[in-house]
Amino acid sequence: MNTETDVSAQTMFTETVIGRQNRYIENVVKIFFLFMTCLMILPLLLIIGYLLYKALPVLSFDFLFTNPKDNMRAGGIWAPFLGTIYLVVVSLLVAAPIGVFASVYLNEYARDNWFTRIVNLAVVNLAGVPSIVHALFGVGAFVLFSGMGESILAASLTLAIMTLPVIIASTTEALKAVPMSFREACWNMGATRWQTIRRIVLPNSISGILTGVILQVSRAAGETAPIMFTGAVFFKPIAEGNFLAYNIFDQCMALSLHLYTISTQVPDVAEGIPYATAIVLVGSVLLVNAASIILRVYLRTRKRW
Amino acid sequence: MENKIEISDLKVFYGDVQALNGISLNVYPNEILGIIGPAQSGKTTLLKVINRTLEFNQDISVEGTVKLDGEDINSISDVYGLRRRIGMVLPLPVGLPLSIYDNVAFAPRTAGLRNKAEIDEIVERCLQQAALWDEVKDRLDSLGTKLSGGQQQRLTIARALSHQPEVLCLDEFSIAVDPITTMRIEDVLKTLKNDMTILLVTNLVQQAKRLANRTAFMLNGDLIEIDETDVIFSDNPTQQSTYDYVNGNFG
Repeated sequence: MNTETDVSAQTMFTETVIGRQNRYIENVVKIFFLFMTCLMILPLLLIIGYLLYKALPVLSFDFLFTNPKDNMRAGGIWAPFLGTIYLVVVSLLVAAPIGVFASVYLNEYARDNWFTRIVNLAVVNLAGVPSIVHALFGVGAFVLFSGMGESILAASLTLAIMTLPVIIASTTEALKAVPMSFREACWNMGATRWQTIRRIVLPNSISGILTGVILQVSRAAGETAPIMFTGAVFFKPIAEGNFLAYNIFDQCMALSLHLYTISTQVPDVAEGIPYATAIVLVGSVLLVNAASIILRVYLRTRKRW
Repeated sequence: MENKIEISDLKVFYGDVQALNGISLNVYPNEILGIIGPAQSGKTTLLKVINRTLEFNQDISVEGTVKLDGEDINSISDVYGLRRRIGMVLPLPVGLPLSIYDNVAFAPRTAGLRNKAEIDEIVERCLQQAALWDEVKDRLDSLGTKLSGGQQQRLTIARALSHQPEVLCLDEFSIAVDPITTMRIEDVLKTLKNDMTILLVTNLVQQAKRLANRTAFMLNGDLIEIDETDVIFSDNPTQQSTYDYVNGNFG
């Protein structure tokens, strides 16, 4: 009896071979995944670190607010910087209302029929169209057919078409996060769809909608292909320090195209300038992303269910 | 006596699936009509036809007529007004993501009421009727979604009462409510039937026995039997399946 009890106790509390193996594999797998995670953030840190290291000698307040000089071999980036702001803002002013309201219609009003299925299919496919194809469409539709010429307006509209599907997708996601039972409760009380949307759905999805819209800024800011044939030019000096220096029917410079130009098309550019330009571009994008994250965190603290 | 609701030969299809197989029944004014039956018997569908929220579903078709005060509900052009004449309480409690006050004030406001004093009066009266007032009167501006499940269900009932319905439909309201609260709400219903007609869909046959003046038994989309509650729960209702269901032999 006694020995039997001892044996069973031993088998219970001593680690079996399989148990040890499992624990070992568990650790290896966890470290592997952790390694992959570090690998993922490494490029971002390296890029920013390297850019900062190369750009620091040039970076200054003046760099941001002076035009490129000496055939872009010296000076700052004021004209392309302001151009990018114009392109992004105008394209958002067009894309955000269309995308958000279309998404509200598709989610809150439309029934599942051939029309909505075609629209959804179009949205998905629009998101997959390469940006250079958007550029060609922009040239045809806005620059030539609509007679806008190469202008900020034409370039912004091209960018707007490119960002629309992503705005629609993120808005749809935000609307779907509002539980269906809220809508049913409102309908049962005789609320119209619009009353339900205005009082319940929109107030509780606005954070997700805004985040999606803001994130589109960063995408639009970095694009080169859609604007280079529709409105962005190699060189166009403007009044320094004046935020209204462009007219939307003008052509403009843009950071992404400017970076391409001074890196590949212009010989003997001072070494720091392309890096500093890149830092401004990346920094602006990260700043906008950070704003959207802060907004999302703030609005999440007010989550109502 | 004029019937409050007249349903004749009502058939409902979800796509190819028939949910109601031609139901005819009348609801008298100021009665509590209990509707019992196992799952999939069409009880909820029946309620959704009456306030025309079934229209939100895809691929449904409805045949037959439903009359409210003698008027065909499909000929009523103001469907939102129709829905306000009918209070609807769904099985799972839903607190809207608004303050408790705004939850109850929602329907009066959507109906166009702006007078603060009148809304105050409605909010207090409905919360009292739903047996919730004493628990929330000091925190009317806190969120309705943060209440407990039972409190949210009473909030739902208060909302259903807030548009002064003529008919109150309760769809298994006690699923998420504790027994004591259930008894309090049942007491409220006994008082409320002086002012309105109540349709009580319930899975608890004893609840129908306690409350209902008449009880309807539904099974697989058919109305098996409708009669005085005393008859349904007696030893000899007309249909054998009614007896079996009420006495727990199936279902």
